[in-house]
Amino acid sequence: MRDVAVIGIGMTKWGELWDKSLRTTFVEPALMAIDDAGVDHLDSMVVGCMSSGLFTGQEHLASLLSDYLGRNPVPAARVESACSSGGLALRQGFIEVASGMSDIVLVGGVEKMTDVTGCEATFALGTAADQEYEGFHGLTFPALYAMMAVAHMHKYGTTREQLAMVAVKNHDNGSKNPLAQYPFKVTVEGVLNSVLVADPLRILDCSPITDGAAAVILCPADMARKMKKPAIRITGSGQATDTIALSSRKDLCWIESTHLAGQKALAMAGRKVGDMDLFEVHDCFTIAEIMITEALGIVEKGRGGKAVEEGLTSLKGRHPVNPSGGLKAKGHPVGATGVAQAVEVVKQLRGEAGERQVKGAKRGLTQNMGGTGGSSVVHVFEAE
Amino acid sequence: MPNPARAWREYPQRYRFEAGKCTKCGYVAFPPRLICPQCGNREFAKTKLAQSGKLLTYTIIRVPPDTFEDQAPYAVGIAELADGVKLTAQVVDCDFAALKVGMPVRLEFRKMYEEGEAGVIYYGYKFVPE
Repeated sequence: MRDVAVIGIGMTKWGELWDKSLRTTFVEPALMAIDDAGVDHLDSMVVGCMSSGLFTGQEHLASLLSDYLGRNPVPAARVESACSSGGLALRQGFIEVASGMSDIVLVGGVEKMTDVTGCEATFALGTAADQEYEGFHGLTFPALYAMMAVAHMHKYGTTREQLAMVAVKNHDNGSKNPLAQYPFKVTVEGVLNSVLVADPLRILDCSPITDGAAAVILCPADMARKMKKPAIRITGSGQATDTIALSSRKDLCWIESTHLAGQKALAMAGRKVGDMDLFEVHDCFTIAEIMITEALGIVEKGRGGKAVEEGLTSLKGRHPVNPSGGLKAKGHPVGATGVAQAVEVVKQLRGEAGERQVKGAKRGLTQNMGGTGGSSVVHVFEAE
Repeated sequence: MPNPARAWREYPQRYRFEAGKCTKCGYVAFPPRLICPQCGNREFAKTKLAQSGKLLTYTIIRVPPDTFEDQAPYAVGIAELADGVKLTAQVVDCDFAALKVGMPVRLEFRKMYEEGEAGVIYYGYKFVPE
């Protein structure tokens, strides 16, 4: 296998982008990534997108995007794994470069979510759950995560306030990210007084519906060195699946797919979780971040709530989690999220993260997750 | 409108609580599967789900999907039945404030929702506190 480097990144402001179509939303950051890398051609494209069909009625996406990026006839593939589609696209691009099949690969992620009503968007997102045995009973994603929260609070004594502190921390970080959809701060009181969605989760525990995209350019590390690029290597990639029905899990308080993907990625990199200077993780709901910090081994089982309360995962804490603002504040255009996590880590490792820069960051980890943990993808990035 | 065949093919599970019991390791698969996730065996004997169990977790849905708009707010939960099967369903005939992790529940056949305009009426199972 060849060493793989990220030599270009692109991301534009996320939000409700009513003036931008699916294709424009994608092409803008893709062009930024190509310009940033300074490459004159692509050998291949991989695009993560969860549900362009349900959100915009558009399939056959990879060819459409390759066309509007001015890249026909370059080979292009669209990858789907619910909310971890972007992370999986990155992994497929990584495998393609590492294997020697392609040299310069654009990995993008995109989701255009506001062309449908809130109800239709909720339905589209709900397809990431078991339609016959969860959806049929009126379950929603907030409800599934709420049930994980209830189980976690019951087993470990995690408090309602600790859940709120995840939102407060990530909005603090997001207020320093000009590309975030909601770059403002919230308070614990504000979260606790926001409207109930599925007890105990309130609207400010949930990530929003977002239009957005992100892109990176990958190439062999040797080629990056010759191009004298500030090469950030991807040193580890791990993926794991689990039952998509939450009820079939052995432990409702534990995300096994994230645990396994994390172990695989770190083993490939020859690193330990403590070697990482920052983490970008899938905080689709506040409880998710708490359970992910446990599954990755950043904290012990059951200690995720305490960790955020003690400031361990804050920007200036020992293990900064979601310096970008996370899905919570930055936004969550589902298929784009996994690629945007990579963009943030590369910015951090290049020292280009501005006000939210983690000082001297040399290594970072991304964790992207589908559904309630039916799929997880973890990558390790290191500065040369 | 969904194709009625999609609902019809789930009737054995939803109407008769049919599950598959692995002939090798005894794992009860609900819904039925073709291969046992525990031991890899491909033979199952038809069995009926246990009707009682305990609630492992729950929530109250305040913001429902379209189809369930007229039912909100409603409680849902995951219960573990006496045969080890864990499944998700609504929790009905209950006081929301009395819901507790570990409380005993019974599995009952209930109406889920209807499409209206002579469409399909959907039935399934729900949990009722004992």
